[in-house]
Amino acid sequence: MALKERINAANAEAFRRIVAADPILVDVAPASEVIPGMRDRLILHSGPPVTWDRMCGAQRGAAIGMCLFERWAADPAAAEEMLRSGEISLEPNHHHSSVGPMAGTISSNMWVWVVENKAFGNRAFCRQVESFQQFGDYSSSALAQLEKWRDVWGPALRAAVRKMGGVPLKQLVARALLMGDEMHNRVVASSSLFANAVAPVLVDCGLPKQQVVDTLYYAGNHPFLFLGISMAAAKASVDPARGVESSTVVTAMARNGTDFGIQVSGLDGEWFTAPAPRVEGLLLPGWKKEDAGLDMGDSAITETVGWGGFVIGGAPGILNFTGGTAEQALAFSREMRSISVGQSPDYLIPALDFQGSAVGIDIRKVVQTNILPVVDTAIAHKEPGHGIIGGGIVRPPLECFTKALTRFAERSSEWSEGPSSGRTVTSIPSS
Amino acid sequence: MSVLLEDLFQKAPVFLNVGVPVFGDSLREAGYEVVYVDWSPPAGGDARIADLLDDLL
Amino acid sequence: MVRRTVIRKNRYFDSVFLMRVARRLASQPGMSDASAVLATAANRKVLIGIGYGEAGRDPDFAAAGPNDLVIALEGEEAAVDAIAANADSYLSQAAETSSGAGGSSPRPRSINEAMERRPDCSLAVISVPGEYAVREARTALQKGLHVFLFSSNVSVDDERSLKTEARQRGLIVMGPDCGTAFLGGAGIGFANAVRRGPVGIVGSAGTGMQEFASLVHQAGSGISNAIGTGSRDLSDAIGGISTLMGIDALEADPATKVIAVVSKPPGTGFTATLGERLGRCAKPVVLCLLGAEPDSLRIHNPEGSRGQPTPRWAFTLDEAVASALEVAGVNEPAFLRSDERVMRERAAIEIGKMRPEQHYLRGLFAGGTFCYQAQAMFLRSGLLVHSNEPLPGMPKLPDPHESRESSFVDMGAEIFVQGRPHPMIDASLRRKRLEREGEDPTVAVILLDFILGAISSPDPVGDLLGAIRNVQDKARRRGGHLCVVASVCGTDEDEQGLESQKAALTEAGVLVFPSGAQAASFCREAALMLTHRKETADVGLA
Repeated sequence: MALKERINAANAEAFRRIVAADPILVDVAPASEVIPGMRDRLILHSGPPVTWDRMCGAQRGAAIGMCLFERWAADPAAAEEMLRSGEISLEPNHHHSSVGPMAGTISSNMWVWVVENKAFGNRAFCRQVESFQQFGDYSSSALAQLEKWRDVWGPALRAAVRKMGGVPLKQLVARALLMGDEMHNRVVASSSLFANAVAPVLVDCGLPKQQVVDTLYYAGNHPFLFLGISMAAAKASVDPARGVESSTVVTAMARNGTDFGIQVSGLDGEWFTAPAPRVEGLLLPGWKKEDAGLDMGDSAITETVGWGGFVIGGAPGILNFTGGTAEQALAFSREMRSISVGQSPDYLIPALDFQGSAVGIDIRKVVQTNILPVVDTAIAHKEPGHGIIGGGIVRPPLECFTKALTRFAERSSEWSEGPSSGRTVTSIPSS
Repeated sequence: MSVLLEDLFQKAPVFLNVGVPVFGDSLREAGYEVVYVDWSPPAGGDARIADLLDDLL
Repeated sequence: MVRRTVIRKNRYFDSVFLMRVARRLASQPGMSDASAVLATAANRKVLIGIGYGEAGRDPDFAAAGPNDLVIALEGEEAAVDAIAANADSYLSQAAETSSGAGGSSPRPRSINEAMERRPDCSLAVISVPGEYAVREARTALQKGLHVFLFSSNVSVDDERSLKTEARQRGLIVMGPDCGTAFLGGAGIGFANAVRRGPVGIVGSAGTGMQEFASLVHQAGSGISNAIGTGSRDLSDAIGGISTLMGIDALEADPATKVIAVVSKPPGTGFTATLGERLGRCAKPVVLCLLGAEPDSLRIHNPEGSRGQPTPRWAFTLDEAVASALEVAGVNEPAFLRSDERVMRERAAIEIGKMRPEQHYLRGLFAGGTFCYQAQAMFLRSGLLVHSNEPLPGMPKLPDPHESRESSFVDMGAEIFVQGRPHPMIDASLRRKRLEREGEDPTVAVILLDFILGAISSPDPVGDLLGAIRNVQDKARRRGGHLCVVASVCGTDEDEQGLESQKAALTEAGVLVFPSGAQAASFCREAALMLTHRKETADVGLA
């Protein structure tokens, strides 16, 4: 088979795997219990690998917060010293089947959403979403949110989710898309749907009344509750598409506030990075453009499966968060088809006449058309110690894609000399 | 499948306009079918990358 | 710089919606900052922190609570006042939404994507910058599309490889540098509105094909199909790949009764091939190789003994039209007949009004073929003119931007169109050049061409009319007379209107001829007289 046809066939297979995904929320659990390779004195972070000296302010602040949360350090200065000296390890979430919003930090005692992709049997993990510590705020009030999640909300939700035998997410997400969510920064409908589904079971779990009440308040009033589930679901959905030989489909887009990195199916294990871009958008009162940090977070995993910016046309409510007009949002979603392998049969956009979301970003098409994936995102401060300061729209640097394409061209000459074609590097059971 | 040049003599082509829209516009105004490509230099104008793309896409 | 708050009691807005309002407020002229928030304790604290509320002396602000909206404005007093007076309008989202078509799908961004959506496309019209043109053309061929390649700046090697690949696929590449074609009634590129008829054209000369087709139309006949080939197709390096494919196709086309080949002279190596092909063509052929003398192309005609027609030779486009019409059974129209005696008389009248130092002609051409044809006609009469695109035997202008003595300048040449539109679309460069030629007291005659049709300027004559009047006035003020000569290529059905364009020229005192060849013919008579006059004067002075 000629190289081009081989790539097309490989991309069709990667696309098939992504749309065949069947994500189920099966548990809520401490990271140490479920995340492969999780260990003491390890902090997982968002984006491609980054060392402390290059780490952005918000992510540093979040890492300091984790040291305090884990009681590895007594105060921020001591935490910073541990991180600087390398006493604490830093690794990307994506290397551990995990994702995290904004700074994305996960450590042993951070509880995570556990999503299983029933079609392929793989699992993925995401921490809770909140508005403080994940943005770099390590104050005691910020950390109190993590403790509450660890001690009260997490265990209660665990009991309910287990008692329910898991929460199927495919239908829930599909419904939420029809209700104006886009599964990234607009998750109000899905959060409600989830809270409604969990509430009666939660009441019936035999937990202390105060814990139940606290958790119901939390789940019922948290506009970003579902984002953590959505991210884990996206991660679980796209991971089986990793390692399809000769595939040019993007399997991760992730940022750490310093670099924007992408990963590509046929180049599994490699990152293609470029400096993280500035986010164009809206700032909360009191903040100025100069305060804003650069693009950050693993949440672009949602765009990688065709949610977020790819379905933003169906979620005009989010424009209040990101800026722009409804017409622009529709144009974004239509435009994404030009760089994708296909359209989802399940996740539909009512505002686009119920067309399926564009799925499977093809680096070749991105480079050919200069259309970069649209990502909607929150904005963190450039310095440690602050909560959310705004939201907006960002596109990855073209350089990530040209670097990946260059590497792909190098590798493809190796493959064409090899004995097999269309072979899968990692073995994934097909559904 | 491609159409023979002789067949285009009988029935005007369906045009694919790549580049300056005015070429397509004049045909469309004359009543012919035109599909427009919203063209931009591939790879942001990087010739080396565009060459790679030729082998891959 | 002032700070002011505007309070709206008991109004609720989503806080993020308000961020958007704030951004719009802050972006108004004269504004430096703005916030729009509900007056919660936290928000009030922020606003007080950045200097709002007049340190507690603003009673409305002091009284505002969490159910009230605060719009905080900072900027020049006039700007703040204007917004404060009209604050509610900024709370309506409508102001920011665009109208635009709601449901239309965006255009495909690549040929591949377009072909996925519309596999019925059959011809790609490519006009991307030269360095990308080969790539797009190759993609089009691989997708099974014929190619009309307007782009120039394509190397000979690339052109050959594209055309070779096309031929293997049974496809044609018209171009690079192809301006015109007619397929199945559709005029592609710079095309005039001509009716369909029995005359087919294959040509490398874009404006030559336009002129040929327009004259055929004016004579009451029409064009079956026309294949542009690109200016280098008949060179030895390309070997006429597209020309030969065009001849094959027109030979097989039932609507075509006569084939006209309108081109620059072929490469010496390709001459025999072309001659052989035309010699065995089953249909009558009219051959107009501008600048080539008839005996330069030996037509090998093995079928001649069986009564096949030999190609008819035409030295000018007018002759080619007349010849094609004759084959098609149409009487030669009066406007194609030019009487050299009448031309000489008119030239004598013009020159009689000139000052003695007015010796030279300046041709400023939008159409390359018109420049080439005029040179060929001059050369034939032994007259030399400088040109930036000289015919073999003509002196080359050292600097295309500077005319010397008599000069014919092809304003559509590469050097004039880099980074700017062709003079057929944008007359500004030719207008400036015309004004400059008018400053030169030795200029006697200006020769211009105007090309109507699709894509061309909506008013080609109007674009230059002011400049024409200026240069005429200047010559008059010098006590002389500047003779401006023009031809207009087009038809009565072109948007610009052939008759009205001509009338505007005539009204301005321009001598308008029915064709480029006739305008050049008049200039040739004038040039001969001017040369004679100058020689006589020189001898007299000596």
